[in-house]
Amino acid sequence: MAKWEYAPAPESTDIVDIKDTYGLFIDGRFVEPASGEYFKTINPGTEEVLAAIPVAGQEDIDRAVDAARTAFEKWSALPGSQRAKYIFRIARMVQERARELAVLESMNGGKPIKESRDVDVPLVAAHFFYYAGWADKLAYAFPGRRAEPIGVCAQIIPWNFPLLMLAWKIAPALAGGNTVVLKPAETTPLTALLFAEICEQAELPEGVVNIVTGAGATGQTLVRHPDVDKVAFTGSTEVGKEIQRAVAGTNKKLTLELGGKAANIIFDDAPLDQAVEGIVNGIFFNQGHVCCAGSRLLVQETIAERLIAKLKRRLGTLRLGDPLDKNTDIGAINSRDQLERIRSLVGIGVEEGAELYQPACEIPDRGFFYPPTVFTGVSQSHRIAQEEIFGPVLSVMTFRTPAEAVTKANNTPFGLSAGVWTEKGSRILWMADRLQAGVVWANTFNRFDPTSPFGGYKESGFGREGGRHGLEAYVRLAEVR
Amino acid sequence: MPERVDVRKTYKLFLGGDFPRSESGRSYEVMDSKGDWLANASRASRKDLRDAVKVARSAWSKWAGATAYNRGQVLYRIAEMMETRRAELVAEVAGAEGKRGASKQVDEAIDTWVWYAGLADKLTQIMGGLNPVAGPYFNLTAPEPTGVCGIVAPETPSLGGLVGRIAPALCGGNVVIALASEPHPLPAVALAECLATSDLPKGVVNILTGHTAELTPWLASHGDVDALDVTGVGAEQLADAERAGADNVKRVIKGSGARSPYEATAFMEMKTVWHPKGA
Repeated sequence: MAKWEYAPAPESTDIVDIKDTYGLFIDGRFVEPASGEYFKTINPGTEEVLAAIPVAGQEDIDRAVDAARTAFEKWSALPGSQRAKYIFRIARMVQERARELAVLESMNGGKPIKESRDVDVPLVAAHFFYYAGWADKLAYAFPGRRAEPIGVCAQIIPWNFPLLMLAWKIAPALAGGNTVVLKPAETTPLTALLFAEICEQAELPEGVVNIVTGAGATGQTLVRHPDVDKVAFTGSTEVGKEIQRAVAGTNKKLTLELGGKAANIIFDDAPLDQAVEGIVNGIFFNQGHVCCAGSRLLVQETIAERLIAKLKRRLGTLRLGDPLDKNTDIGAINSRDQLERIRSLVGIGVEEGAELYQPACEIPDRGFFYPPTVFTGVSQSHRIAQEEIFGPVLSVMTFRTPAEAVTKANNTPFGLSAGVWTEKGSRILWMADRLQAGVVWANTFNRFDPTSPFGGYKESGFGREGGRHGLEAYVRLAEVR
Repeated sequence: MPERVDVRKTYKLFLGGDFPRSESGRSYEVMDSKGDWLANASRASRKDLRDAVKVARSAWSKWAGATAYNRGQVLYRIAEMMETRRAELVAEVAGAEGKRGASKQVDEAIDTWVWYAGLADKLTQIMGGLNPVAGPYFNLTAPEPTGVCGIVAPETPSLGGLVGRIAPALCGGNVVIALASEPHPLPAVALAECLATSDLPKGVVNILTGHTAELTPWLASHGDVDALDVTGVGAEQLADAERAGADNVKRVIKGSGARSPYEATAFMEMKTVWHPKGA
């Protein structure tokens, strides 16, 4: 097969202006942390230090929550029509500064520029635009109930979609009349801090959005703060459980969007070339750093050999490297820790007897990279079939009947997403009824939209983000008498 | 000495459609509203609770897979069975909580079943919908049952409180293990006898009587219970129960007491399905 060589096509970084040192965004201003502590944030594609980021301690969290509490009084009393206009402004400014946001996202997080440019940032703008319109239509959202704001929301987001997860959290919160203290992930704080500048430019009232940076300890302090009314978390199931324990016995409203181990199920009548693209998008999109990634491939036995051959061939054409190169398919692993975790689980997969396949591919000398990886001969009890790897690693299993596919697909503690590939419509609907997953993609995978609710069954969490259902996570529903 | 000695009822658990005593052989004394002895009720054990979860789980797929119309009819049948045994239910509630309000409580409990019977095939339309995504995709969201739900019923109203929590859970296709009011468990047993003669499949509702403080921690921590309704959990146990529930990310539900589709969807998950459009 002819191999196409691509000349380097790096996106320019001139458009971003990264400061040496950042502040916490509290009450409409960037302030130095009372803790006096800073940590360095890097570019995982080059390991270069990008900036010093403050660590928010107890005193800083107190200030941020106080600012959000004070702002809540006026913000919640503002007519929905006026709140809407601020959120629309934000949506427009995200569009105006789209390139800058995309480049910074790829620099700080390692995802390919074509993904941050074509997927993340457009979805961010769309999300704000969607929820802006709800702010003055809350009376129509929940029949028989009056939607009231909850109060101060503590929001903790992951490093895989830094800006998109920020949008999923902040947009519905503001539409519902709440104020926010958001903590971006330790490794990806920069786009959240740039978003704070957008809030300034949009003249969002002070204290409505506060951004505090730090690691796990900062998040714990925020979640436990007694003046927080709502906690929203996206991240690992392990940390999600800790948060659920931490809010136990309080009146804090909680939504959790946690891990996954999605089955992508391919029937023998599926359009195989399309399915291969779906499999690749399912597990290699964003280096597999996706909670709903199709990390378990279930193939009907009769076509397994053919499909795997096609898949391996396709893997050979994926371009791995500089996240800022416009031709890159697979960018950098987000951090050294995550790279080590992927390596360790892949090692376990080999030890447990699964067969490893990695295409020949050049790994850059600097930065954190991992080649696309496929395991065949995986059994259900293997750890690589049960645990979330959160990397570009696919575990392949086979099945004979639709019932067996359902049983195997549901055989994990998770239930976030699933994929089904078949030309038979009745089978899609039959499968969709039985798969225990919050999102079922049929003949497609990893599609997202602000109008479409997203969230898990079982240990993948509870509550939904997106759509009218996502709004419910940010209001209290009072009985109308 | 009376001419005819009356036949008393043994108050038992309701488990997998049967009426066993507690495997532990334990019982506890139940008093009436004046504090006089009324009966001995079964005091369920941790083992009874585990058995209940097992039968509930195996009953789930059939109940969840029933059509909403069918579930509505079964819920309506429960109301019919309660109406025919209305006098008995009123007597049990009156014995437990006093005559005042007893018949009203029973009437409302029956009407609650009728209300949810009529909701079963409306839920999806009220709570679900088509999502207008920005692309050539068909995309819809609909509620689905969460699974096995543990319900700690409030102490009072003894019958109405229990029905007000079980009915919305069943309406959405869930199966239930309910801990009855500890001081007033007898109306719950009478309810179980109505359920057993309705068309409810075995194991869909299981009712345990006993010491709720003893059983709640096991219900809260059980790995095969998907949701925990803490409406009747005492303040001193609430935080511990919620904390234990986190081990398998249980949905923790607090009922409002009102009849509402939101009470039903509290026991449900929203599923979204995508499919491309194309010729």
